[in-house]
Amino acid sequence: MAAIQERFDAIVVGAGPSGNAAAYTMAKGGLKVLQIERGEYPGSKNVQGAILYADALERIIPDFREDAPLERHVIEQRIWVIDDSSHTGMHYRSEDFNEEKPNRYTIIRAQFDRWFSSKVREAGAIVLCETTVTELVKDTKGNVIGVRTDRQGGPLLADVVVLAEGVNGLVGQRAALRDELKPENVALAVKEMHFLPQEVIESRFNLKGDGGVVIEAMGTVTKGMTGTGFLYTNRESISIGIGCIVDDIRKSGMTPYNLLDSFKQHPSIAPLIAGSEVKEYVAHLIPEGGFRAMPETQGNGWLVVGDAAHLVNAVHREGSNLAMTSGRVAGETIVWLKRRREPCTAANLAEYRKRLEDSFVLKDMRKYRKIPALLHNNRHLLNLYPRIMSTAAQTWLRVDGKAKKAKETEIIQRLRTQRGLTGMLADGWRLARAWR
Amino acid sequence: MHIVVCIKQVPDSAQIRVHPVTNTIMRQGVPTIINPYDLFALEEALRLRDWLGGEVTVLTMGPPMAEESLRKALGIGADRGVLLTDRFFAGSDTLATSYALAQAVRKIGETWGIPEIVFTGKQTIDGDTAQVGPGIARRLALQQLTYVAAVQEVDLENKTITVLRRAEGGVQELKTAIPALITMLEGTNEVRRGTIADVLRGARAELVVWNAQTAGITDVSNCGLRGSPTVVKRVFAPKPRATKAVQIEVGDRDMGTIAEDVIARLYAVQPALEAALLRTAAAY
Amino acid sequence: MSTAPTPPAAASRAGMKKELPERFKSYKHVWVFIEYEHGEIHPVSLELLGEGRKLADKLGVELIGAVLGGNRAAMQDAVVEAWEYGADLVYVVADPTLEHYRNDPYTRVMTDLVNNYKPEIILLGATVLGRDLAGAVATTLLTGLTADCTELAIDDEGSLAATRPTFGGSLLCTIHTLNFRPQMATVRPRVMAMPGRTKGRQGRVIEHAANLQEFDIITKVLRFLPDRNSNKVQLAYADIVVAGGLGLRSPENLQLVRALAEVLGGEWGGSRPLVQKGWMEAERQIGQTGKTIRPKIYIAAGISGAIQHRVGVEGADTIIAINTDKNAPIFDFAHFGVVTNAIEFLPALTTAFRKRLSVNRLAS
Ligand SMILES: Cc1cc2nc3c(=O)[nH]c(=O)nc-3n(C[C@H](O)[C@H](O)[C@H](O)COP(=O)(O)OP(=O)(O)OC[C@H]3O[C@@H](n4cnc5c(N)ncnc54)[C@H](O)[C@@H]3O)c2cc1C
Ligand SMILES: Cc1cc2nc3c(=O)[nH]c(=O)nc-3n(C[C@H](O)[C@H](O)[C@H](O)COP(=O)(O)OP(=O)(O)OC[C@H]3O[C@@H](n4cnc5c(N)ncnc54)[C@H](O)[C@@H]3O)c2cc1C
Ligand SMILES: Nc1ncnc2c1ncn2[C@@H]1O[C@H](COP(=O)(O)O)[C@@H](O)[C@H]1O
Repeated sequence: MAAIQERFDAIVVGAGPSGNAAAYTMAKGGLKVLQIERGEYPGSKNVQGAILYADALERIIPDFREDAPLERHVIEQRIWVIDDSSHTGMHYRSEDFNEEKPNRYTIIRAQFDRWFSSKVREAGAIVLCETTVTELVKDTKGNVIGVRTDRQGGPLLADVVVLAEGVNGLVGQRAALRDELKPENVALAVKEMHFLPQEVIESRFNLKGDGGVVIEAMGTVTKGMTGTGFLYTNRESISIGIGCIVDDIRKSGMTPYNLLDSFKQHPSIAPLIAGSEVKEYVAHLIPEGGFRAMPETQGNGWLVVGDAAHLVNAVHREGSNLAMTSGRVAGETIVWLKRRREPCTAANLAEYRKRLEDSFVLKDMRKYRKIPALLHNNRHLLNLYPRIMSTAAQTWLRVDGKAKKAKETEIIQRLRTQRGLTGMLADGWRLARAWR
Repeated sequence: MHIVVCIKQVPDSAQIRVHPVTNTIMRQGVPTIINPYDLFALEEALRLRDWLGGEVTVLTMGPPMAEESLRKALGIGADRGVLLTDRFFAGSDTLATSYALAQAVRKIGETWGIPEIVFTGKQTIDGDTAQVGPGIARRLALQQLTYVAAVQEVDLENKTITVLRRAEGGVQELKTAIPALITMLEGTNEVRRGTIADVLRGARAELVVWNAQTAGITDVSNCGLRGSPTVVKRVFAPKPRATKAVQIEVGDRDMGTIAEDVIARLYAVQPALEAALLRTAAAY
Repeated sequence: MSTAPTPPAAASRAGMKKELPERFKSYKHVWVFIEYEHGEIHPVSLELLGEGRKLADKLGVELIGAVLGGNRAAMQDAVVEAWEYGADLVYVVADPTLEHYRNDPYTRVMTDLVNNYKPEIILLGATVLGRDLAGAVATTLLTGLTADCTELAIDDEGSLAATRPTFGGSLLCTIHTLNFRPQMATVRPRVMAMPGRTKGRQGRVIEHAANLQEFDIITKVLRFLPDRNSNKVQLAYADIVVAGGLGLRSPENLQLVRALAEVLGGEWGGSRPLVQKGWMEAERQIGQTGKTIRPKIYIAAGISGAIQHRVGVEGADTIIAINTDKNAPIFDFAHFGVVTNAIEFLPALTTAFRKRLSVNRLAS
C-alpha cells in the first residue's frame, strides 16, 4: 500500500453539523481540506427531524436562509409536564417570532446535512462519502499526522485532523485520545417521522405559513428514567421521539420502542399524530453527561468538535448549535495558525479551547455541569412531581362544590405525604444549585 | 478497448412516500442513488477494461445534479464521466431517452473512439421498463444482448464477443459481432469498492457536460415530451383493500390450537382446499 | 413508457387531444405475440389471449396471435391452442432461423408482420424474451411501449389505457400512446388470470414468409443450457406458496418454511433481503423485482409487507400473514393475520396440517 504523497492542510472526520462547519470554515479560509464521511451521503446516518438554531449557522453562512432546506420556524414552544393521563403546560407563542430572520427552525437532518455538505464542496473542500476512517495515523513521537480508512490505499496525511465523528467517538477512542462512553453519560433517543398533509398539521397546531410548534414533555412518559419526549412540526410531517439515559434504560429493562409507543399513545399526544403515516424509525445516542463528561478537546495534530467532544446542552436540548460553533471555532483556529505559519501542536491548538471558553459553548456547559448527576441521583424528580402537579391542577380546576380553601389544604397535604416537606426543600435546593 | 456504460440516477424507491391526500410523490428529501442494476454493468465494464486494457466512459442523462452519480462511478473506477443535460430532455419516455443516449454515445465515439461495447443495466428501479437498452441498440444498429450473466470472451482482433445470456428456461451461449450493446443481469458480479485514489479522482474530476446541441442532437423534436409517443394520463395510488386482515386470536392459547384455528378458517373460505390437499398429499 | 412521470407534466399532456395521423387510421385488431419455445407456448401468452379477447370485443375487432418458430409442423399444436384460448386468426412464421429465440431475426419478422398487417394493439409477455423483443420492435417502429402492465382497458376514444406500477410500486400510472400505432404493452406472467379453454374452437391461419438467411444473422446461439432445476422452482404457477422474510432471523429457519410448503405440496420463496443476504436463490424472490405469484393460498411468515413485496402477491386468493408486529403493513392486505412468532408458529402449523391430512387420508 503506497502512501498517497499528497498532504492536506486538514482532514475532517465526519460530515455532521460540526464537521461541516469546520470543513466549510477552513475551505473558505483557503486551506486544502479533505472531509471523510462513512454514510452514503452526508446526513444519511443522521437522525431525521431536529431544531436548527439560526444564530450558530448564520455566523458560518450568513445567507443560509436563501437555499437551506428549512421546514418551519418556531413560533410556539410548549413545555409539558405529563403524567399518565394529563399534561400541565406552559405555552409560549409570540408573533415576534415571525421575524424577518427567525431564530429557530425545524429541519430534516438528512436534507439539511446534504445541503450543508454541498456548501462545503462549493467552498472547495473534497468530500469523500462511503468511506470510514478506521484509525488515526501517528508519527514516532505520537503526533497525529493523518488517517487510515477502510478503502484500499492511503494513509491520508494532513497537518491536523478534526474529529467530528459524533457521539461514539470510536476513532478517538481507538487512538486512546479519549475514554469509552459511560452509559450514565449518554441518552438513547428514538424518533419517528409521521407524515400528515400540511393542512392537517396547520389546523391541529393552529399554524399558518411556515410557523411551527415545538413540544417538550417530561414526566411519567419516561417511566422514572431521566429523559424527555419531544415533538416538532415540520412542513408535512411531525418528528416525535423520546430519549432516556442509556444506563436507566438498561436497568429498567424497557425497550426504547416501548417508551416511544407509550408516549405516542398518551392522550395529550395521540390526537396530534392521529391518522399519520409513519416512516423512518431511528435510534441515536446523545451525549448528555455535560461538562464533566467532556474528553480532552485537543492534542498534537488533532482536535475534537461537536458531539464527539460531548458538547450538548441537555437541559435546553441544544446540540447542533454547539456542534456548529465548535466546528467553526476549530476551523477558525486552524486557519489562524496556518496564516501565522504555526504548526498544529497541542500548545498552539489550545487556542481552540480558549476560544470555546470565551463563547457560549463552554459557558453554558459549565453552568449546567451539575445537572446530569442531580437527575441521575434523584429519580423521583421526573416521576413524582408531574403526578403531584397534575392532581393539584385537577383539584384546583374541578368545580365540585368544595371550598377553595379546602382544596388548597388538600393539595398541600398531598404534597406533604407524597414527598415530605424536607424532601421538597432539598429538591429545590439541589435544583437551584445545579442551575446556578 | 473503449466501453460506454449508461447509468441513471434514480430516487431510492425504498424511501419514496406518497402524499396521503394528493397522491403525489413527496420527492422532498428522497435520496438518490445510482440505479442498482447499473452498478453490475459498470463492474463488468471495469472487469473487461482491467483484463483487456482501454477506457470506461460512464454516461448519464438527467438534471445537473446527476453529476453526483458520475462522480460516484468515477470513484468506483471509471475513467471518464459524461453528463447529458438539457431542458429539452425533460419528460422523455423510453423512446426519447434512447434517442438522446444513442446520440450521445455516437458523439462519445467520435470524440474518444468508437466503443466496442455499450453497457446498460437490466432495468431501472424507477422507470423499470428494461426498454432503454434495446432502444439504444436499435438506434445505433448494435447487436443486442440483453440479460447477460457473463461476458466470456472478447476477441478484439476478429471483433467478436461471446456471452452467457439468461433466457426463458435456461442460459444461452451467444456469439456475436462487436460493437454490441449488453444489458447486464443483476447479481452477476461483485461491485468493487474504489480505492482511495479512485474516490479522490472521482471527487476532483472535470466532468464532460453536454446539452442537446453539443451532443450533436440537431432535431430536438425527437427529445423530451415531444419525442415521446407515450403519455401519462393519470397517476394514482393503488386502492387500499377495504378490510384489514382478520386477526386470529392468539392470547395465551398454545401454538397448536392457533394452528387448528387457522386451518379451520382456511377450509371455510376455500371449501375445495382440503380435497385438493389430500390429493397432492396422497401423491407423495 | 415514461420513466419517472411527474404528475404536473402528465396533467399538461393529458389535456392534449391529438388526432391520429392519417397513416395510422388503417391500423386495426388486437395482437398477442405468442411466445413459443421448445415446443411449448409460454402460459403468459394464454393469459394475454384472455385479456386480448376482452379488448378486441370492446373494440369490435379480431384477436390475432402471432407465433414464430423453426418447424411449421411442430407449431400446429400451438396454433390450435391459440384458437382454443380465443384467437380468431393466427399468423404463423416458420423458418429455420427462428428455431431458437434471437433478437435480430425475431425483431425483423415482427416488424415486418406489423408493417404488413397493421395491428392497433400488440401485447407481449414481460418475460425475458418478451421484454427483449418488445423494446427492439417498438424502437424500430418508433412507437410507444408500456412495460409490465397490471391492467389494460380501452378508453372512450378507443385507445389503449395501460396501467402499470411506478415509483417502485408506490403509485400506479395509466399510459396512453396517443398518436402512434401500434400501441404496445407487456404484461408479467400471472398478472392476468388464465382464461378458460374452449376445446374444438377454430380460427383461421395465415402463413407469412420470413425471408431470412442464416448468413445474414450475426448473432449465433452456440449452446442452450436448460436450467437444471427449472422444473423445481415453479413459484409463479404454484397453488400454494409459503414464504419467509427477515423475521425468520436466520437462514436455518427457512427450513420451517420449506417443511410447511412440502406438507402442503406447494412451493416456497421469500422476500428480497433473503436473496441479498444469500439465504436463498434469486429464483425464489417474490415481489416487484422477483416473481409475481397468484396462488390459492399464500402464507407469509416474518414478512413486513413492503409495497414491493405486496405487488407480487396481491393476486393470491387467500393471504395468511404471521408477524410479531401487529402494525406490520402486511396486515393491511392479508386476509388472515396471526400476531405471533413465526419461528414457533410455523412448526405448529406444519404439524397441525400433517395431522389433519393423515387422519383424513386414513378415513377416506
Ligand atoms: C433524537 C435527537 C434529537 C436531537 N434534536 C436536536 C435538536 O432539536 N436540536 C439540536 O441542536 N440538537 C439536537 N440533537 C443533537 C444533535 O443532533 C447533535 O448534537 C449534532 O448532530 C452533533 O453534530 P456532530 O457533527 O458533532 O455529530 P453527528 O451529527 O453525529 O455527525 C457525525 C458524522 O460523522 C460520521 N462518522 C462517524 N464516525 C466516522 C468515521 N469513523 N469515519 C467517517 N465518518 C464518521 C457519521 O456518519 C456522522 O455523519 C438531537 C440528537 C438526537 C439524537
Ligand atoms: C427497487 C426495489 C425493489 C424491491 N423489490 C422487492 C421484491 O421484489 N420483493 C421483496 O420482498 N422486497 C423487495 N424490495 C424490498 C422491500 O422494500 C422490503 O425491504 C422487503 O420486502 C422487506 O423484507 P422483509 O419483510 O423480509 O423484512 P423486514 O422489512 O425487515 O420485515 C421483517 C418482518 O418480520 C417481523 N418479525 C420479526 N421477527 C419475527 C418473528 N420471530 N416472527 C414473525 N414475525 C417477525 C417484523 O415485525 C417485520 O414486520 C425491493 C426494494 C426496492 C427498493
Ligand atoms: N437517463 C438515463 N441515463 C443513462 N442511462 C439510462 C437512463 N435511463 C435508462 N438508462 C439505462 O437504461 C437501462 C434500462 O432503463 P429502463 O428502460 O428505464 O428500465 C438502465 O439500467 C440504464 O443503464
